Amino acid sequence: MAGGGGEAGACAVSPPPLQGLQLVQQGAEARLYRGQFLGRAAVVKLRFSKRYRHPALEERLSRRRTAQEARSLLRCRRAGISAPVVYFVDYVSNCIYLEDIVESTTVRDYITSVQQSGKDTSNLFLLAEKIGEVLARMHDEDLIHGDLTTSNMLLRPPVEELDLVLIDFGLSFISGLPEDKGVDLYVLEKAFLSTHPNTDTLFEALLKKYSATSKKSSLVIKKLDEVRLRGRKRSMVG
Amino acid sequence: MPAVTVLGLEGSANKVGAGLVRDGRVLSNPRRTFVPAPGQGFLPGQTARHHRGCVLAVLREALQEAGLEPADVDCVAYTKGPGMGAPLVTVAVVARTLAQLWNKPLLGVNHCVGHIEMGRLITGAQNPTVLYVSGGNTQVIAYSERRYRIFGETIDIAVGNCLDRFARVLKISNDPSPGYNIEQMAKKGQKLVELPYTVKGMDVSFSGILSHIEEVAHKMLASGECTPEDLCFSLQETLFAMLVEITERAMAHCGSQEALVVGGVGCNMRLQEMMRIMCAERGAKLFATDERFCIDNGAMIAQAGWEMFRTGQVTQLEDSWITQSAVWWGTPPDRGRAQQAPAQAAHGTQASESPWQHRRGQLSVRRR
Repeated sequence: MAGGGGEAGACAVSPPPLQGLQLVQQGAEARLYRGQFLGRAAVVKLRFSKRYRHPALEERLSRRRTAQEARSLLRCRRAGISAPVVYFVDYVSNCIYLEDIVESTTVRDYITSVQQSGKDTSNLFLLAEKIGEVLARMHDEDLIHGDLTTSNMLLRPPVEELDLVLIDFGLSFISGLPEDKGVDLYVLEKAFLSTHPNTDTLFEALLKKYSATSKKSSLVIKKLDEVRLRGRKRSMVG
Repeated sequence: MPAVTVLGLEGSANKVGAGLVRDGRVLSNPRRTFVPAPGQGFLPGQTARHHRGCVLAVLREALQEAGLEPADVDCVAYTKGPGMGAPLVTVAVVARTLAQLWNKPLLGVNHCVGHIEMGRLITGAQNPTVLYVSGGNTQVIAYSERRYRIFGETIDIAVGNCLDRFARVLKISNDPSPGYNIEQMAKKGQKLVELPYTVKGMDVSFSGILSHIEEVAHKMLASGECTPEDLCFSLQETLFAMLVEITERAMAHCGSQEALVVGGVGCNMRLQEMMRIMCAERGAKLFATDERFCIDNGAMIAQAGWEMFRTGQVTQLEDSWITQSAVWWGTPPDRGRAQQAPAQAAHGTQASESPWQHRRGQLSVRRR
């Protein structure tokens, strides 16, 4: 009846993809290593396989996400949107070798630290506007991030300059549809407001700047309003 | 403190149930299911008619099995929503009548909260990330920053709805449930048919998968490219992988070491197996229940009602409405607002009538 069968065991430790790399983080779907690649400070993102998925599905997803991540990072950089340089992609082990944004802070940590310090939060509004502007430019390139959260945005040091770098493009894809852009913003809105309580005005500032920057924002914002009304807001049964 | 016995009445979808719970012990929990013909779903009117026909028999059975008289019951809890209007009304009318007839307090319970409370009671999970999957709901709920929050959810149809509607395409029997029959057929599936895989951050989308499989199913079956069993297998593998993926994201996000799966789809053994593998890989523990408590039942409403009743909450007769909407989480809107204003003034202290209040603050709907 009460089926609590999962053994508490540590994750299997596997050797790094390249000698000398240090494991820095184990995320939900990738391990991050830090080290040197041809003399440059590099981060290596290794997508490890998930045993719960059917092997064929796993293979398909890992390959697609690795490829898409590399493609989207390049597309960002071509459009002048700050994102890590791609040094090398290994399709056999599903590894991406990326520029290490040294000493960077995630936007998530930055917002939390400013909120906790009780300091002037006006800088956060500038940050929200910066995010809105960068996302508008990204969407105008028909690039959909797919997993926008404040953890997937970095700030280069010094943080006060608000030099924003987008990362984690594993769920990204190319689309010109307002629907896809609207959902992208919806995902961010939910992640933003659940991670940072009482930031409704910040997010409004973000959307306002997005609307002002993007050429096609009116259709996207209309879709965003539509998407908000789906899911939980609609009448449900069961 | 004397023992508190709560009667729970559930009828938000095609199941009608009555359960008696006394201080964490389930005394009885009978239920009946409305089973439509293959190829059909359950319509509100027909379902309500079914519930009207058997709700009193189920109630009598619950009392007899528990060996209780109406005088032994301290409170009558019923599902206030979310769910289908007509079936909800049917059960609410019974609950109101009983409360007046027996002169007992009445308590309206949120269906989703019932599922989670029941799961916690049965499994003993302390602070789990909850995957709530049923015919009408698909949500990943986790506890963070002193509140339960919905981290991920479907942006269109529920996973159970996707499975049920696929069953209609193949005319799979609805007895005992389409999901159960798909699960049995999937065990014989061999070939993984490629289907869309739609994860958007911590959200999922199922409508595109359903449209796709509706379109290709008959063609593929006619050409002998795959069997109905292969389709069931492929659909389950794809849908469940998406669910496990977003659950894992939420767990990583919150640093959670426990997962609890509740709701009708939650008793699917393949889903439980995949969740268990995911949990083991990250050193976490999975909690799950079987069909008696996963599928809609009266005891879960009684259990959530018991938690609320213990903190002194009751629902006045004039407030005993029902709602189809899922944005309602156990606090009547007018009172919720009235209470939130001073709470905000008191700088973030939580005050609400939500059933979570006494334990860990309010279950909040994250947005607007």
